[in-house]
Amino acid sequence: MTSRSTSKKPVGVIGAGSFGSAIANILAQNVEVLLYARDSEVIKKIAETREHRGKKLHTNITPTGDLSYIANTCDIIFPIVPSSSFRQMMQQLSPYLHPYHILIHGTKGLDLSLPKGQGLRDMKVLERDQVKTMSEVIMDESVVVRVGCLAGPNLAKEMSANQPAATVVASHFEEVIREGGNLLRSDLFQVYGNKDLIGIELAGVLKNVIAIASGALSGLGLGENAKGLLISRGMVEMIHLGQAMGGNVQAFLGLAGIGDLVTTCNSTLSRNYTVGYRLAKGDSLEQIIQTMDEVAEGVNTVQIAKKFADTYKIRIPIAEAIYSILFEDLTVEKALQILMKYPFNVDIDFL
Amino acid sequence: MKPQDNGKNKSYKPILSGTSEWPVVQLSRNRKQFIEAVVNESFKKISESKPGKNDLREELETTLYLEKLRVKKNPWRVDPLDDYQFWSKVKFDLVELVGNSNAREKEEEILRRIVSRYANEIAGNFKRSRYKMAREIIKFGFSRLLNATRVKSFGALFKNQYTLNDKLQVTGKTGQLRKLAKKGTVVMVPTHFSNLDSILIGWVIHVLGLPAFIYGAGLNLFNIKILAYFMNSLGAYKVDRRKKNPIYLETLKTYSNIAIQQGAHSLFFPGGTRSRSGKIERSLKLGLLGTAMEAQRTIFMNHPNRDGKKIFVVPVTINYNFVLEAPTLINEYLTLKGQERYYVENDEYSTSYKMLKFLVKFFTKGSDISVSIGSGMDLLGNYVDDHGNSIDSKGRIIDTRDYFTSNGKITEDKQREQEYTRRLSDIIVREFHRINRIFASHLVAFTAFNIWRNRYSKLDIYDFLRLPEEELFIDYDDFRHEFKRVRKYILSLKKKKKVNVASHLKGDLDVVIKTGIENVGMYHSKRPLLLTKDEQIITQDLNTLYYYHNRMDGYDLEKHF
Repeated sequence: MTSRSTSKKPVGVIGAGSFGSAIANILAQNVEVLLYARDSEVIKKIAETREHRGKKLHTNITPTGDLSYIANTCDIIFPIVPSSSFRQMMQQLSPYLHPYHILIHGTKGLDLSLPKGQGLRDMKVLERDQVKTMSEVIMDESVVVRVGCLAGPNLAKEMSANQPAATVVASHFEEVIREGGNLLRSDLFQVYGNKDLIGIELAGVLKNVIAIASGALSGLGLGENAKGLLISRGMVEMIHLGQAMGGNVQAFLGLAGIGDLVTTCNSTLSRNYTVGYRLAKGDSLEQIIQTMDEVAEGVNTVQIAKKFADTYKIRIPIAEAIYSILFEDLTVEKALQILMKYPFNVDIDFL
Repeated sequence: MKPQDNGKNKSYKPILSGTSEWPVVQLSRNRKQFIEAVVNESFKKISESKPGKNDLREELETTLYLEKLRVKKNPWRVDPLDDYQFWSKVKFDLVELVGNSNAREKEEEILRRIVSRYANEIAGNFKRSRYKMAREIIKFGFSRLLNATRVKSFGALFKNQYTLNDKLQVTGKTGQLRKLAKKGTVVMVPTHFSNLDSILIGWVIHVLGLPAFIYGAGLNLFNIKILAYFMNSLGAYKVDRRKKNPIYLETLKTYSNIAIQQGAHSLFFPGGTRSRSGKIERSLKLGLLGTAMEAQRTIFMNHPNRDGKKIFVVPVTINYNFVLEAPTLINEYLTLKGQERYYVENDEYSTSYKMLKFLVKFFTKGSDISVSIGSGMDLLGNYVDDHGNSIDSKGRIIDTRDYFTSNGKITEDKQREQEYTRRLSDIIVREFHRINRIFASHLVAFTAFNIWRNRYSKLDIYDFLRLPEEELFIDYDDFRHEFKRVRKYILSLKKKKKVNVASHLKGDLDVVIKTGIENVGMYHSKRPLLLTKDEQIITQDLNTLYYYHNRMDGYDLEKHF
């Protein structure tokens, strides 16, 4: 057996949200962890109480607010911040990074690079190079090329409760997969490797849209037949979008694809699911956002997916329905009616 | 003395005072030791990659089979006379081993024999005196030819009014290239459109005052005696494309790897062969690029105190108005596309006579050529400054060693290097498109082709190309309108530094169009484009037009039609 961790240096986690903290806890079982939080109050509180968001933090975790300290101390860093602030975080971190660093992110969202002063709604078309996955943001903003991502059914709340789970570490580099696996693996946490970085990132990103739809179905009080229909058709939409954006079908059939999709679509713990559920109960998007303490990435992703699908002429009826519900005041009931009348005919057309 | 100087081509002093300091000279002086090193290293690599009981035996048997087949089916004039005997002996020795499964030692002996034969065959035979002579012949011969044809009088044959420099514009980062060649080892990677390319590049290297580069030249070119003489003189080593067995390929890669490690500036045509379609290469051969990657990591490993040489990759594009081989190349491309089958390379140059005829035609008739030198990069595709420091996109100096570092140590990781090589190749392709200098001739070809293509958009490309040329014409005014739009877009791309343009492209619209039509494929017997007296644009050869149009591929221009 190889040793648990080949790296004796501490590893960094950037972002002390629920998933970031959960990953820090898992890493801390194998190695010293530096956990970055933006808010100095949070850092102080963690240092004093060893608790965060009501969960215990491992004694191997040291909170810090200093990105340069993390970059200088750690060779391997896990950035886990919302996609909306990911690029900004990378810009702050980048001056301290060197080509020997390995970055494995855990953010399931997309970044938009639009011309200055323009929003998504101003764009007539959305080209692929205007949409970036987080690994692409890392490479845009820094010299780091050994990049990977974490994806899979990893509900932070279950992980903090020490329930068994598994994740995928995806990277073009075997070295990154190996190092990531060594650091994360434990008796309760299994790690799989995948070389299709973009495919795995997209699987994790796109499933959030379907999770909103799943919440909406539950909110309407519908049962398992409807959910089975949603998951399988949703999967097809994910694959078509994913292929158009540069991923391979295989990525969507594994733990990070179907595995994550089933989990998220059945989980009342998921933020995206909650958005859909409350929409079906009649709340507006503003109301929902106001009362959530962390972002639901699916809300952002569905806007990008819609524009991208329009540009490249991909049919994604479920995602479009979610878009209309969120931004065009379509009711959930009406959206369901439209979907049921939609002329589907082929079950599997991606293999 | 040069009576005329157009300002663009200044002459450069050699960066090293005497040829004896040239890396390639030192390499040939120690030829024996060098080949020895190549043999040892290749042998080690192949042997280690075949650890299993029957692995090596199988490899040897496969190689033997392929080589016997080659000797029988596809012999060349340059092949050594004892080819048949050599492989018969290998066969004999292998037959002796049948039934004896514990003969690693004997197998390794056979392997070493094969590797050693290959290494000696590949190795170049650079001779300083011959280099100088070849250079003078080229310089003298070509400038005489040029003068004779341009000034059009017999006496001009002895004048120096025009030189190769007038025909050949060298633009881009020439100064940086000279500095980098002093500082480290340069790997030059040009686009490849014509068999003339290696001679042209050899010339450019000389004009820039750089020491000779080594480069792999197809063994088929050595069939031609006159060419073989020049090639040998200019630092070429031999690449035999008939031999595709892993033992040969490994030896070839090791040869390049060790030469780079020893500081020999190298030239790779990363596209492998001439671009048959006329498009700028999009997928590069990773094998040779990978040897540069491996060499760099080995240098870093062997020089922990940072006194090892850095390797710089310099992309180069060569732009022609006229590629003699165009009609043949594009027809080959169209026949071959989609089906990778074996074919015997059709050589326009199969004899010395044909080759000479080509050169005369080229230098007397060929229109201007421009060679653009790109910015130097490290092996990860970061630009380097004039001191050879790698600079990241934010302007910070970074250490290339860090890319090969894991847990504080430089490590060997084949998969990582493969991935880096793939990345480098993408960046080289991007740089090709960026430094590509668009001529008016490329743009008229592109515009005309697309106007016709859009008229018949329902046809697939093959049916389209089979249309009778007599049916195709464009009103000059319509053409002018489209051309103006496309040029505007190209100039906006140029502003964004996504492409480069020849200065003649910016002039008066009608003049530019006229220049373009006159120059595109100007010496083909069937002209790709002509302007008739009644102001119609016509073509005599749609396939060749397609070839020249392809030069503009890769910029997403079609969208703008």
